[in-house]
Amino acid sequence: MAQLNKTEIGAFLAKQGILIAFAAFMIGFALANQRFIELDNVFGVIRSSAILGVMALGVTFVVIGGNLDLSVGSMMSFSTIVVLDLHDKLGPGLAILAMFALTLALGAFIGFLVGYLKLNSLIVTLGMLSAIHGLTLTWSGGKNMDIADKSGTWFSVFGQERVMGIPVPILIFALLAVALSLLLSKTPFGRKVYAVGGNGQAATFSGIPRARVVFLTYIVSAFCVATAGLLQASRSLGSQNTVGQGMELEVLAAVILGGASLMGGAGTVFKTVIGVLILGFIQNGLLLVGLDFYVQYIVTWIIIILAVWLDVAAKRGRLWSPIA
Amino acid sequence: MTTTLNQKDILKRGAIWAFILVELAFFAIVGDAMSVSSKAFLSVDNMLLLLKQSAPIGIIALGMTIVMINGNIDLSVGATFALAAVVLLDSMTWPFMQALGDWAIPLAWGFALLTGVVLGAINGLIVWKTGVDAFIVTLASMLGFRGLVFMYNGEQPTSHLNWTLVDFAEAQFLGLHTATWFLLGAALILWLLMTKTVHGRNAYAIGNNREAAVNAGIRVGPHFVLNFMLIGFLAALSAVVFYSESGSVNPNDGMLYELWAITAVVLGGTKLAGGYGSIISTLGGVIAIQLLRKGLGHIGADTQTVNLVIGLILIGVLILDRQLNRKGQEELKI
Repeated sequence: MAQLNKTEIGAFLAKQGILIAFAAFMIGFALANQRFIELDNVFGVIRSSAILGVMALGVTFVVIGGNLDLSVGSMMSFSTIVVLDLHDKLGPGLAILAMFALTLALGAFIGFLVGYLKLNSLIVTLGMLSAIHGLTLTWSGGKNMDIADKSGTWFSVFGQERVMGIPVPILIFALLAVALSLLLSKTPFGRKVYAVGGNGQAATFSGIPRARVVFLTYIVSAFCVATAGLLQASRSLGSQNTVGQGMELEVLAAVILGGASLMGGAGTVFKTVIGVLILGFIQNGLLLVGLDFYVQYIVTWIIIILAVWLDVAAKRGRLWSPIA
Repeated sequence: MTTTLNQKDILKRGAIWAFILVELAFFAIVGDAMSVSSKAFLSVDNMLLLLKQSAPIGIIALGMTIVMINGNIDLSVGATFALAAVVLLDSMTWPFMQALGDWAIPLAWGFALLTGVVLGAINGLIVWKTGVDAFIVTLASMLGFRGLVFMYNGEQPTSHLNWTLVDFAEAQFLGLHTATWFLLGAALILWLLMTKTVHGRNAYAIGNNREAAVNAGIRVGPHFVLNFMLIGFLAALSAVVFYSESGSVNPNDGMLYELWAITAVVLGGTKLAGGYGSIISTLGGVIAIQLLRKGLGHIGADTQTVNLVIGLILIGVLILDRQLNRKGQEELKI
């Protein structure tokens, strides 16, 4: 009887553990420093997490579908450079359209390789990380990209303005999160993503077009990357070629922290958002209590391993691994 | 998975060396016609330099090979590399070390290598005891270890030049540079380890089918830990060889090294799913990438082209490999 209770508590903790940890964490830091929960600070944190967060939304789809995407950082640099360059040549509106089209084309290429050709996603996206970086450098000639007339363009609206007192990046992040959450949880396509990631073979046998579903997860991811590139470009109105470098692993960390399984078939958009916010608020909270910025790396290390460990432990019903 | 080499196996093992020959021929003929420099590409000096420049990533890639054969992966090697370098250079400035004169050098090397082994052991123990996937564990420790690097010296570079050490690192013995000797030596030892010892055979068996290995009575955990300690040691060795010469390390050094190392290993034909791969082929993969970088540089191409070409080649290799294995197993999963 006690055993049963223990497993039940374990299962509950594992299911909601990330939320409980987040709540405990927020309360702890709020008690330590009042400024932590002031609206300005909260907005500041979410705003600076928005770019990472938007990318994480897309990667959630890919991961639930049973694949990985390591090319998002490199692709975000590409989008940022392209939109900044085209801004002065085509005007803001056309530049944004062209950038989205090009980024989606890259996503389609990856989706084709992983979905239809069934190539290993880790290696494909690793190769694309390098290849897209090459494309970006070719496009820019290796130079930083800047908008010539920084004050005379409405392009800055996405990264710098506020609507009804809320910074636009937060609005875009929130809208996209809600839309993608609905797409994943309420539509046939969303259910197919879970089915393909959970058991690809079974999904194929039950008539789900595995290749097309995987292809579409990469399209969703590319769309999110393009949005992130837009936010990044609009915020700074100028950029280096390496602006997204290394973000692929941070994004993946946020998605994993949110509880998506790398084996596919598990995870939600909502929990990814929590994962992103935890990373953002940890960084901010540790700085506010006066610790150096690098402490967040060590804290994140411990939190990710604990979170995934608890999840795995709850599933197998025992804390320590049975590996001999 | 049979031990006899069939035609397909010979084709696969030979592929990377054939690719290297093609590269050599291409850059020797086309390269010298288009070259921006007057020096010949295929000169002995240039090839020796190429081997030396392959060493830092190459030594790490050797370790990545055994971890991947074992069915795991290590994304934290870049951070381990940086921390070992910081320990190497900083430890030589400690007062008691300075009192030792040049005897401080082997001791500093020892500290750095020990750092790598300890970090590897941490990864291995976590993978073993918690049962969390190595990809996730080392993704997290990539952040954590990098935090330790910053903790050591903030955002400041750590520098210490010891001329005895620099002379040693720049020396050539029998024509080969010190770094090259370390690369070849490490490759030889690891090749022996993987092909001639029980540990090597077990590592293949575990990577091939973990459950079957457990049922056969192989203790999976200790083999994991040993392999992670080995890759930690090799990441530190790579740092030791490189920073003995350069004498200064930035806290961001070694970033993305894990991805370069994995690229070389995959190019050499090692399977991400585990159970298949060879140290010698990885050496081929490392040399092929360095040849490409150097060769493209030789004909005046910029870094962007190198990135583009390496990325596309990696995908091309994957497509070819799939054609060869078409009737083989189910597709790999991570």
